[in-house]
Amino acid sequence: MGLLSDPNRRRALISMLTRLNAPICMLCYCAGVCWFMGLAFEPFTLRTYMSENAMGSTMVEERFPAGERALATAREFAAHKKKVGGMPVDWLVKTMQARGLEVFTQSFSRVLPFPDENKERYIVKGTNVYGILRAPRAPRTEALVLSAPCSPGDNNNQAVGLLLGLAHYFRNQIYWAKDIIFLVNEHDLIGMQAWLEGYHHTNTTGMKWTPLQGRGGSIQAALSLELSSDVITSLDIVLEGLNGQLPNLDLANLFYAFCQKIGVLCTIQGRLQRNDWDSVSGYSHAVQTMMLMVMKQASGRPWGDHGLFLRYHIEAATISGINSFRQYKTDLTTTGRLVEGMYRKLNNLLERLHQSYFFYLMPSLTHFVSIGYYMPAFGLLAVILLLRALDLWVQLVAPPARTEDGIAEIEQSSPGVRSVLTPLIISHLTGAALYLMPVHFQEMAVEHFPVSETEAVVLTAIAVYTAGLALPHNTHRLVSGEGTEQGWRVLKLVAVLYLAVLLGCTALINFSLGFILALTMVPVAAFVTPDVPKVLSAIVFVILSPACTLLFSVFLFQELQDMPVSLQDGWMLYISVISQGILDHYLFGSLVYPLIALMVYPCWLLFWNILFWK
Amino acid sequence: HELWEAVLPLIVLLCGGGQLKDDFQEELVIRPLHSGDIYASFHFRTLWETDFMKGNKVSHYRLFPKSLGQVISKFSVRELHISFTQGYWRTMQWGQPYLPSPPGAELWVWFQDTVTDVDATWKELTNVLSGIFCASLNFIDSTNTVQPSASFKPLGIANVTDHRFLRYATLPREIVCTENLTPWKKLLPCGSKAGLAVLLKSEKLFHSSFHSQAVHIRPMCQDSQCKTPSWELRQTLNVVFDLHTSGQGKQEWSLFKMFSRTLTEACPLASSSKIYIDITDNPQVGEQFELIPATPLLRQAVVLGDRRTFSVYDLTQQVTFGTVRSLNLLIRWKSTEGHMLRPLLHAERYVAGYGLQTGEIHTLMYNNHPFRSFSVLLLDSVPWYLRLYIHTLTVTSKGKDNKPSYIHYQPSKDRIRPHLLEMLVQLPPHSVTEVTVQFERALLKWTEYTPDPNHGFYVGSSVISALVPSTVAMDTNNTQERTLFSSL
Repeated sequence: MGLLSDPNRRRALISMLTRLNAPICMLCYCAGVCWFMGLAFEPFTLRTYMSENAMGSTMVEERFPAGERALATAREFAAHKKKVGGMPVDWLVKTMQARGLEVFTQSFSRVLPFPDENKERYIVKGTNVYGILRAPRAPRTEALVLSAPCSPGDNNNQAVGLLLGLAHYFRNQIYWAKDIIFLVNEHDLIGMQAWLEGYHHTNTTGMKWTPLQGRGGSIQAALSLELSSDVITSLDIVLEGLNGQLPNLDLANLFYAFCQKIGVLCTIQGRLQRNDWDSVSGYSHAVQTMMLMVMKQASGRPWGDHGLFLRYHIEAATISGINSFRQYKTDLTTTGRLVEGMYRKLNNLLERLHQSYFFYLMPSLTHFVSIGYYMPAFGLLAVILLLRALDLWVQLVAPPARTEDGIAEIEQSSPGVRSVLTPLIISHLTGAALYLMPVHFQEMAVEHFPVSETEAVVLTAIAVYTAGLALPHNTHRLVSGEGTEQGWRVLKLVAVLYLAVLLGCTALINFSLGFILALTMVPVAAFVTPDVPKVLSAIVFVILSPACTLLFSVFLFQELQDMPVSLQDGWMLYISVISQGILDHYLFGSLVYPLIALMVYPCWLLFWNILFWK
Repeated sequence: HELWEAVLPLIVLLCGGGQLKDDFQEELVIRPLHSGDIYASFHFRTLWETDFMKGNKVSHYRLFPKSLGQVISKFSVRELHISFTQGYWRTMQWGQPYLPSPPGAELWVWFQDTVTDVDATWKELTNVLSGIFCASLNFIDSTNTVQPSASFKPLGIANVTDHRFLRYATLPREIVCTENLTPWKKLLPCGSKAGLAVLLKSEKLFHSSFHSQAVHIRPMCQDSQCKTPSWELRQTLNVVFDLHTSGQGKQEWSLFKMFSRTLTEACPLASSSKIYIDITDNPQVGEQFELIPATPLLRQAVVLGDRRTFSVYDLTQQVTFGTVRSLNLLIRWKSTEGHMLRPLLHAERYVAGYGLQTGEIHTLMYNNHPFRSFSVLLLDSVPWYLRLYIHTLTVTSKGKDNKPSYIHYQPSKDRIRPHLLEMLVQLPPHSVTEVTVQFERALLKWTEYTPDPNHGFYVGSSVISALVPSTVAMDTNNTQERTLFSSL
């Protein structure tokens, strides 16, 4: 007790914290990284378990018999798709009606801010078709969604076939308590966005769509199917959604429970479960699986059609069938039974899924790391910033030389306000330029340089980013003459606290993004002074800047997916990742791009500024 | 929470009946629907020439159930309408119901003008009814009761139209099941022992797409001079069987398939016992569907502003049952098209927006009449924990502002009374009229959450009352030989 209220002890504590500041910070950093790596070690993680009573103990029997018929439907769908050269709307409407559903369509159109070269689209026009199975004797207050995208080429025909097969089978059952909406969406995520916006009658991204004619109440859960082969070897579940949001863990548990029951191989991040957690390879397998999840989550992208549901508080996941060279194959009947089982359990829900975790990481499908376990890893990194801030604060309060002249001190610090404000404003203006210029100046860039629109956008972004490095670091001299000792300390104090708040808030919403940013930015923030060797530290600085973090992440991600790329391909991938990030922001409202451009990058520029203070 | 209802009261006074002191009639109307489903509607009517009003002590009961008679005299009820519904009437597929009712329980009552404390009487009445019908009507309190100013009219003879004596409440979360059906059946003179009521087997009635049972009590006139009053108790039960889940996808319906029973006799106490099959869509015998056994009896009637033709089976005639002494009606469809209907008026309601703070209630009303516009009365009763921002109320038709000619709004009081919004809106021909109002979710005390709070909260149905233009001129003077279901 009294540790802080007793002035002597407080002084002793503060002097210890300032004296040992650097070692403590380094210790914290190492501890943070070690804690994070330890999360994947199986004895430290929790086994997943079904929390929701309504789904746990109740029995359901899966009886879906018509896999072959679903395949025939899939072939018919493929033929019609080829004939029409896109979504066979009329055929789908007729087929769904024949299965006894209430069928509606929604057309939408969207002009992208710049052409999407990955998917080769610019002006997108399409139609969603959905059929509602009305639950008998239910008041239309709750619904479940089963969706399958109508993809170009030969992809996902089986998913649509299975969807129609399940619709036919579900329609003949009496036990449904929630309406079931069978949705075939065109242009994958754009169609899904249009449908969800139409369903909830909101417009967050300025897309044009026709209003929906039929609804089924509040959607409780959704699954999106991706199947492109007649038989599969395993099923993969994708959880990461927009802005790193995850569905309730019970949805993943449900999937796992049925895979076990029916005997289908199941994976997460495309990786099977391993039992040898005590061996090095077993541990590294778990680390890699978890790292993949962290990187996917940090990207803030919707990694499947389910990703957009999460914004509306609808628990959703994508289930995709994988057909590899394994011996054991699963046919469509079995897959259908699995989906049937999941829907029957979801149908039993009395409440929305809320019992289990919303914040978690998964080193394997049977183990998870809850927020209580992973937050300390971030906390250990964030505390470095607070320790540095404390150190700076103490240095600022205690006069450097004992002049005993209070007036002189005040005079010294008063120009400090301006010398702090100027770099703050300038770096944020640079950030605003980074946010606005790429998209708004693409036409000008295309006129003057021999590049495509997409390249123009990305290269403008990179150019603005690089220009920002050269721009602001001498401004304080214009304002207040020669940079003072006190000046950079105040600026660093502000910047360190700014970064702490920024990363803290980010980590609360999207842990992975916060952690990755903290991993690279905290060392920079902690140890920057104007007195370190300029060239060397400038190189370290650039390497640890957000843009380079992204570049390394791209390479690491490819490495983790066992698809290593050459430098050349990596660079191309890097460019496409940036363009996708910008597109995600404009199309779906992903927040990663504005966060980086408007907050993280300006904050990093402040530290860059301190480096070149003198 | 999308709940709504379209109520289309056709105000026709049925004045008639014989000189009997009390009289019981039963009727089953079967309408094959376009979607392949089948709609069965039971109507049981007990008419009693007595006077419960003016403190008259009535103690000798014959056909009229004593439990309800006592309720009427004790609480000075002038008119009582109660319905229990499990499911949602799909107007787009099934057309208009004979008697609309919202999901859950609905109760509306007109009291006599002698009642001094209406609220206390209402409270007591709901508790008594709760016991009679085995339902949670005791949850009706001031927070879900409203006094509509214009939407409801007395359906029987009435010299009182003062809305102080009207109370309306819905319980959208009420689940209707066998326990509500049994007390309802016990009110019938023959119980479920004889007559049409033998068909009311709960395992079949609740294996359906829609189930609604109702009780309507109203005072009637005996003759055109209206010298002697009489009371009418009408019990209705509507059920829709699904083609896919009950019919195994085969377009063939029989009494046995629907109810797992056949008919062998009429209720001996009934003065009339008939089955009507709507064959309007089947003008040539056997064109759309086949009816076995065939009947030569046909009846034309105007139902919901539409002239319909019915085949009639009279259960009081032995010949109806044929040689096997049992009647198992069979309807076999020849062709089918499951297209959506375009009913003249239909509506839907949904909540827009996401997140937990604010939202917007959208009510869409479709007028599909090609050239006639008509007005509808919209009644919205919203619980207090949704705080309506009434200044955001907009009514738009065809992209233009539509100014309601009458608005009655009573703001809510936290934990005391709900919002009440009534509007008279003109629907232009062939249009969609959208009524939107924003709301905010109030912070509840932790004891105020219902069990399973993550299930969400229910908002009761809106009521839309309209006089829909009809191609048939309503002939209100004809009181003789009218089918029961067309008279309410």
